[in-house]
Order: sequence, then structure tokens, then C-alpha cells
Amino acid sequence: MTVSPVPAPVDPAPPTAPPLPPLDDVDHAAATPDQSQPHAALGLREEEYARIREILGRRPTEAELAMYSVMWSEHCSYKSSKVHLRRFGETTTEAMRARLLAGIGENAGVVDVGDGWAVTFKIESHNHPSYVEPHQGAATGVGGIVRDIMAMGARPVAVMDGLRVGPLDAPDTGRVLPGVVSGVGFYGNCLGLPNIGGEVVFDPSYAGNPLVNALCVGVLRHEDLHLAFASGTGNKIVLFGARTGLDGIGGVSVLASETFDRADPTQAPSRKKLPSVQVGDPFAEKVLIECCLELFGAGLVVGIQDLGGAGLSCATSELASAGDGGMQIDLDAVPLRAENMTAAEILSSESQERMCAVVTPENVDAFMAVCRRWDVTATVIGEVTDGDRLRITHQGATVVDVPPPTVAHDGPVYQRPYARPDDQDALQADTVARHPRPSGPAAIAEQVRTLVGSPALASRTWVTEQYDRFVRGNVTSAAPADAGVVRVDESSGRGVAVSIDANARFCRLDPRAGAQLALAEAVRNVASSGAVPVAVTDCLNFGSPEDPGVMWQFAEAIAGLADGCVAMGLPVTGGNVSFYNQTGNTAILPTPVVGVLGILEDVTRAVRSGLGPEGHAVWLLGETRDELDGSTWAGVVHDHLGGLPPRVDLAAEARLAAVMADAAADGLLSGAHDLSDGGLAQALVEAAVATGRGARIALASGPDGLDPATVLFSESAARMLVTVAPGDEAELARRCAEAGQPAARLGEVGGDALRIEGVDPLPVDELRALGDATLPAALD
Amino acid sequence: MTAGLRIGVITFPGTLDDVDAARAVRRAGGEPVALWHDDADLHGVDAVVVPGGFSYGDYLRAGAIAARSPVMGPVVEAGRAGMPVLGICNGFQILCEAGLLPGALVRNQGLRFVCREVGLRVEADTAWTSSFTVGQELRVPLKSGEGRYVADAATLDELEGEGRVVFRYSEPAPNGALRDIAGVSSADGRVVGLMPHPEHAIDDLTGPSTDGLGLFTSVLAQLATA
Repeated sequence: MTVSPVPAPVDPAPPTAPPLPPLDDVDHAAATPDQSQPHAALGLREEEYARIREILGRRPTEAELAMYSVMWSEHCSYKSSKVHLRRFGETTTEAMRARLLAGIGENAGVVDVGDGWAVTFKIESHNHPSYVEPHQGAATGVGGIVRDIMAMGARPVAVMDGLRVGPLDAPDTGRVLPGVVSGVGFYGNCLGLPNIGGEVVFDPSYAGNPLVNALCVGVLRHEDLHLAFASGTGNKIVLFGARTGLDGIGGVSVLASETFDRADPTQAPSRKKLPSVQVGDPFAEKVLIECCLELFGAGLVVGIQDLGGAGLSCATSELASAGDGGMQIDLDAVPLRAENMTAAEILSSESQERMCAVVTPENVDAFMAVCRRWDVTATVIGEVTDGDRLRITHQGATVVDVPPPTVAHDGPVYQRPYARPDDQDALQADTVARHPRPSGPAAIAEQVRTLVGSPALASRTWVTEQYDRFVRGNVTSAAPADAGVVRVDESSGRGVAVSIDANARFCRLDPRAGAQLALAEAVRNVASSGAVPVAVTDCLNFGSPEDPGVMWQFAEAIAGLADGCVAMGLPVTGGNVSFYNQTGNTAILPTPVVGVLGILEDVTRAVRSGLGPEGHAVWLLGETRDELDGSTWAGVVHDHLGGLPPRVDLAAEARLAAVMADAAADGLLSGAHDLSDGGLAQALVEAAVATGRGARIALASGPDGLDPATVLFSESAARMLVTVAPGDEAELARRCAEAGQPAARLGEVGGDALRIEGVDPLPVDELRALGDATLPAALD
Repeated sequence: MTAGLRIGVITFPGTLDDVDAARAVRRAGGEPVALWHDDADLHGVDAVVVPGGFSYGDYLRAGAIAARSPVMGPVVEAGRAGMPVLGICNGFQILCEAGLLPGALVRNQGLRFVCREVGLRVEADTAWTSSFTVGQELRVPLKSGEGRYVADAATLDELEGEGRVVFRYSEPAPNGALRDIAGVSSADGRVVGLMPHPEHAIDDLTGPSTDGLGLFTSVLAQLATA
């Protein structure tokens, strides 16, 4: 048998094991400097391999090589994105940081939400595994982000998912989407985590590279905050949860850090040929959650880290790097689920449902007792040492002896070349103005119906009906509402609202503006509930960083998002970068997904998504301009993407959010719905369908004299539909005038159809049926 | 009065809706008592709720492992002796597996997990439905992947003949349950199991209605007058 982590084609296994070659420990490595190593197959470049040799003063052992290769992978090291991501830290002011109890660099950001409560939230991608094996890929994506939240000391309380797949009628969508949805549902439902919303987007660019972004929200008291660090010489390192197996080896270095056409995912470098996609066991994770919370509650944990991408390599090197000493680990103590695993395999296994804790020696017995109560396997695998080395032994020999920061933090940093793509000017010049807009009541109504039934805007009930949104009894709003709302404190009603958004079509036209529009939309969705937006998380999904055009999109999007966050006073608390999302040489649309967290002092006062009661007035807040480039209308009706995205006005977004929060706190609003994809027409349709009531609407042409179709389909930002009791209209108007908030009365709630001036009547039942039919027709 | 009445809520590894069930007991005026799967006795409770979730990950068969855990011995014994027992969703599956209720719950007809607000018609007067009128319609969430109630025709006829079909879906059963059956009871009407979740329908803020509270007020009223 070989100790190499690279497949040696020796299957089937001989009946008697061949003699073992000498274990590749540090002495052996020092004595055999010229032994060739499979660094290239593990995704390391020549110069990266040379740097490892320089750091160690010898060639790395096979175990060390495995650690460096996974930790220096794009997925773990952010080597292509680091120079750009720094912008978030550099632009975050003290004022923006005021609410942060933990920020970028921790497992997840933690935000003070008042009354001694804190909320942690983070979004992460699991794109490539979800293409290879949609169900397990998506399931373990949820599992991974939930463990990040647990590692902060929080109880996970909700999840959201942002899904992007190929066209609804593309052959592979019928495999990918149902698999992903069943995976997200299976894991989240089994964990008892309500799914409170998200996105499902269809676009040809995702056909060969779907995006699965999962967000988790956790709740904790300030004093329960836990951080990932290993300190205190003599403290024990405890590995607990599932056993370590051969699954997911090389997941981050192969699947997450390469384009599919270069790395055949079925040929991952595991000699035992097990899949690179991990297999999830949500029951094990549910038990692990309860076990962890009991451990935290009993004060038995000094530091904690989840095991996700890069497994033990990541957990040990990050814990040691963040602490004040060294660390000694004995791999022979690690409970395994496969025989004859090499040190390299144990260190890079991505077996799910595992955590690593630092525990004082006197607390080890109590720690183990809690784990036994939950039937969770727990093992002391090492301890914190004085000194500054991470030493790992296997079968009595030292197989790793490294300075931990060189593994965890001092990976390569690339200043990738970037350049505005040559086709960008032509794309922006090709506006949708050359395409006809409908005129006349019948033609406009027909296009409204076309949009309502289009995959872009059709009801997502087929998806969300597979997710539990009731468990734990604290969700007061979930999909299809604009924002998910979760009560944090049952006695006071304090809660949070969360939304995730991106508009990749806008980003393709102008990534800087597109990223800001995503931020604006997420803020608006949160604000529609009356919540005060306070923090941001992001999941940046892009093509290959080796493509200068993609790198330009990435740099522009980050600049836009960072500047946007400064303009709105919202800190980015953490997130994730996913590169290499492309098929051959064709990248996905640039897709920076932005998650925004808002605070509600009392969820019972949150504004309901939709229209208010019969007779209430319908108002439109914000200004409508002729902005159809990149719109859903342009995409659905004319299959067109070109021109420039809607104007970004973050001051207007902030003003709108403030007006909403004030009006909601005073109970002024009976309903609200944000305007985004599909414009005013779709907002009216969704609000009517959600409420089961129609409305009579007059379309103001505005100062620009816009035609009805433009007013209905434009996707101008910073707009919100609200309803208000007749007696409160004057007060709403007064507040808007005082805030400088443009506002116009459109009509009133009533009847069983949308009766829009200049448009044929649209019965609500018909609109609902149209929207409900699309996904089931394609997927059932 | 119902104030001193104690209702046990069992937690198995993988139980999810125990906090919701305990909240519903409290809102109805009772005192929830946490029971652990490993407990060998019921700590003197007056009734027991077996809540929903994925006990033991639904491994083997939904509810099969939980039905054989230590706490279920005394639950079965007490249930046979007339103690009110309510099984919700996974709890219903557990009670069927434990032999307290007839029939079984199998994979939904559409093979997918379904989370939906459903209409539920009360069909029988039991320990857990006495505050409703027969024929009353409730609005409660259903959320399950294996919620399709099945039994042989003779058993179904017997259940209907004895008035032991407690709840029926008022629209076609989303899971394909035979005869649209959503919940059944023991012969004495003291043990009830249902797939939908009354404990998620106790507050308009978080659920579709407050209809579910009636199951918990029913049992407390029954116990108070016993």
C-alpha cells in the first residue's frame, strides 16, 4: 500500500497487503529531498510548492503537502480575492463597526441586536458539489453553514437558500433543481431549521454550473459568544461528532477551486475512489447542535472550530494560528470510519458533522459526559503546547511539523491581472430601446400575464413547499414575503428580518452598479417589513479568476459593494468567494449575492407583505424612470440583455428604509411590497395574489410623461408599494414630504381583480393560477 | 382548573417540535414537563405529547427506533390504561410503530416533502378534540415526507365504524392518505395521532390560525373534570 494521497492504480486490492513503504515522516522527508511529489495533481503551482519547501527548509511530507494544498486552495486561501476583499476592512469605519461583536475572519459575523441579544449570520456557496451530486451537494452546503453558526456559540434558528440553475426547460435543470431543493429541504427540515426565504433564478449561464448559496441565522446572548482559538498550554483538543472517513477528500482543492473542464470531478485524487462530494447526515448534526449548546451552556468550551472544507487541516491550523501557542495532534486517536487511512487522508477528509473544541484538562470529563448524553463520539486528539509549531504524529512518527500560520493564513496572494472585457462597451450600447413596448389595454395585459407565468417570475411554491417554515414557532414571515422574519425573544417580540438578493443581469451590464443594486434590493426587502438594516454578508460567485475579464467584474463588484456599504453605513460581517463558476471558457453571469440583516424591536409590528384590507389606499414610494435595460421584461419578452442597469441612488434607498421603519413602528402601514424584478406590474400582482384581493390603480405618468408599459415594467430602484388605512393617508403623505421621500397615491385595495388604468382587468385568481402552474408543469 | 395539570413532552434525539409542543401546552394553561427518551418513567405527568421531528434520523423506518426507546414502555402502558397521549407527525408514526394506534404512515404519494397549510375536519369527539364540534374545520400546517396514512380496508372500515377517524383533510389529502385520513384514535378515544401540526397553529403571528390550541385545551378540560 502506498501512503500517497494520489491514486495509484492498484485496484483491485491484493488479498495480502503489500509491504508498507517507509512512513513519510519529517525525518524521511529531510533525508529524501529529491523524492518527486504530486503537488501539481493536488492543485499547487510550482512556485507555491517551492515556497512550501522554503518555509519548511526541506520538502514537505505527504501529510504536510496535503495540508498546504487544501489550505492554499482558492477556496480556503482566497488567494485571488484577498487583495480585493481587503477593501471591505479598509472602508469599514468605527461607526459601522459599532454593532459588531465579531467580524470578518471569524467563522461568522456577530451583530448586537439589542437587549443583550446577538445574531450571527453568514452565507456560503456549495456550487460545484451541487452540480456533481445535487441532493448531497446542497444538503452538505446547508450543513456546513450551520456549523459555522454553531461555532460562534449560537443556536441556529433559520436558513435561506439562493439557487441559480439553467433555463427551466433545459434538460439538466430537471436533474439539478429537484435534487438541490430536496437536499436543502432534507437537511434543513431534519435539523429543525425553518427555511425563511431565498431566491430561485433561471439563466442559461448556470446550466453547466448551478449556484447553491446557503445562509444560516443564529441567535445567542452576548456572553455566549465563542471564538475559534486554541490557547492555554496543556488544554486539550477534542474532536467530536461523526467519525472521519474517506469522503470529500480534495473537495476544496479539486471541486471548489477548479473549472469543471479541467478537473473531472469523478477523478478526484483519492486512491479509494470515493466521491469528492461529501455525504450529509442531518440527524448527526441535529444531535451535535444540541450537544454543542449544552457544552456552551455549561461553560466547558474555551475555543471551538467547525470542520468543513479542508477538514482537520483547516481546524487544527486555524485554531493554532489564532491562539498563543503551538499544538500537538495524534492522528492515531482520531476515530475513523475506514481502515488504513493515511495521515494525508485523515487530515484532508471532509467528512461532515464534526467539530473541534479546546477544553481545559479539568473539564474534559464533564465535556465527555455531555457528549455521551447525546451519543456523540468525542475524543481527545491532542493538546495546546508552548512553542509555535503544529506537530502531528501518526503511527508514532511525526508527519507534520509546521508553523501553523504558514498553513492557515500565509498562503499565496495573487494580484491577478484584470481588464474591462472588450465586449463591455458594445453590450452597454445595445439598449432595449430598439425593441417595441406594448400599447393598448389588451397588449399590456397580455405582457403582464406573460411575465407572471414566466420562469423568471412564476411562483416558487413548488420549491418552498418542500421546506419547513414553522418549526420552533418563531418565524413570523417567510417566502414569498420580501424578507424572512424571525422572532429572537418571545417575551419582548424583538426579532430580525433577513433577505438575500442579487441581480446578475444588472451585474453583467455594470458589475459595480449591479452589486450596489443587489445591496439596495436586500436593504429594501428588509425595510419592507419595517426592520432597520444593520449588517451585510455576501457570497461572491464568479467565473475563473485567471480570466482578466472575470477578475475585472470581481474587482468592480467588490468596489461597488464596499462603497455601497459605506454609503449606507452597513458593515460587511463576513462571507464567501466562489470562483471557477464557468463551463469551458464561458463564465456565469457575475453573481454577487448580498444578504442583509435588519432589526425589528417588535415583530408583532412588522409590516405584512402584500396589500392591506379592502378600501385601504395604495401608495407608491419612490420615483419611476424609463429604466428597462436588463429588466425582467427585456429578458422575458425580448430575450435581451444590454444597456445600462437602473440608476443607483443609495441615499434614496436609505431614506426609503428610514421612512418604512418609522411608519412601521407607528403602525401606519397595513401592507408593503418592494419593487424589483418585473417592476410595478409584478409587485401589484404579487401583493394581490398574496392577499387574495384586487386593487384599482391609476398610473401617474410622472414628470417624464412615461407611457403605461414603461411605468409598469421599469425596474427603477428605491421604490416600494405600501397600503395605508384611509384615515392615515395624510400622515403618510406628511412624513414622506418631511423626509423628501417621493410618494404618489395609486388607488385603493378592493375587488377580485387588478384594475389598472389603461390595462385590461386582471382577475387575481387567474394571475395566481398562471404563476402557480409554471414550475410544476416543468418539474412534476 | 387546569393550572396544576402536567403534560409530558418527549424529546428523542432528532425530535424537533418539542419546543413548539411545550409552548402550546403552556398557552393552553397546562404545565409542560420535559421527558427524555432515556427516562424509564413519566415523572407523574397527566398526559403525554409525542412531538414531531426526525427521531433517530428516521433511520430504519420513521418512528421505528423511537418506539423502542426506554420512555415508550411506560407511555404504551399508560396509554393502554387510559392516559391521554397525543402523537403529532413523527409522534403519530411512533405511536403506530409502538402499537398504540393502528395503521402506518408511508412515503407521500408525490414522493416529496410537503409543507402546506391544510384544512382539517374534526370527525370525532376524543380526549384531544372535546372542545371542538364534530364537523368543525381547522386550519393547521402539514409538513412531512412520510405522511400518507395507510391500513388494510378492514381496519379502515373498523376505524370509521367505531368513530375513530378523528381528523380528515377537508381537501384531497396532499400526501395521498387513504380516505383522506389525517388522524385516528385508540378505541377509547384517549390516544390520538395526527400528521398535521396543531402546535404550530396557536398564534396568528407564527401560524395560519389559533385552531390548534383546541387540542391542548380539550385535554386539559378533560383532565380537570376527570
